[in-house]
Amino acid sequence: MLKGKTAVVTGGSRGIGKAICLKFAENGADIAFLYAGNTVKAEETLKELEKLGVRAKAYQCNVADADAVAAVVKEIVTDFGSIQILVNNAGITKDKLVPMMKAADFDAVVDTNLKGTFYMIKGVYPLFLKQKGGKIINISSVSGLMGNSGQANYSASKAGVVGLTKSVAKELAGRGICCNAIAPGFIATEMTENLENNALKDAIPMKRFGEADEVAKLALFLASEHSDYITGEIIRIDGGLAC
Amino acid sequence: MVFEKIAALLAEKLECEATEIKMETEFSALGIDSLDVMELLMTLEEEFGTEIEMGENKVNTVAELTALIEAKLA
Repeated sequence: MLKGKTAVVTGGSRGIGKAICLKFAENGADIAFLYAGNTVKAEETLKELEKLGVRAKAYQCNVADADAVAAVVKEIVTDFGSIQILVNNAGITKDKLVPMMKAADFDAVVDTNLKGTFYMIKGVYPLFLKQKGGKIINISSVSGLMGNSGQANYSASKAGVVGLTKSVAKELAGRGICCNAIAPGFIATEMTENLENNALKDAIPMKRFGEADEVAKLALFLASEHSDYITGEIIRIDGGLAC
Repeated sequence: MVFEKIAALLAEKLECEATEIKMETEFSALGIDSLDVMELLMTLEEEFGTEIEMGENKVNTVAELTALIEAKLA
């Protein structure tokens, strides 16, 4: 489905990002993934990708650093020739109630989740414009759609991603470039492993956490030609949590 | 040289004569939006083998775009 294409996935060494890397690779895409600092996990993911017979490379990069992002996009283009798909998945949490949330906690989450997404889009923008095509998939969250106690920073950053997605979609729609967002609910990953309990599951109409692979399947659809007429859309994948 | 190249590229895009493109021509009058100008700039980068930062200044006229590129090539 993605043969001959190169996908860039941020936060690709684990969790949802890793599942997306693997799903895209299973479907023939070459993979350039970014990771913040866990080299061991990145190497593990890289080995799994290489086993799938595609070209893959890991890049250590803090997406909150605008200059580092600009440099890494150039490096990826040099290594892979071009980029057709961008998945902005890198995200962090620093959950606290507002009185306990320091300005630095707020900034760090917005810097990675929202500004990092912007920097990556800025990086691929001229490439996509020149090739008159490309797919941008941003990972938002249901927390950004409905809010969540203790996540003022995270919710704000993910709501920001929704606005960013819609603006970029409108800006580039005339050039055949799609920009959509996925808003996952509770997905079983390291980020949510401390949350998985029965009370929380009861709040989800489907009574279970989602799997990273289920998010990856949706990302595959948005990266493929099957979604060529969809842009500016925010698709929830949350077992009915926010419906 | 730069102006002639811009005029030729615009003429090709707009399917008109290059002589119809003047220095003072505003892109908006040609129905060229800011994304079109960006694309034009990227084509010019390839033509002249240079990297041009558009910066924060909006380029509204053929003269402004010509000046931007000439300054880079100087």
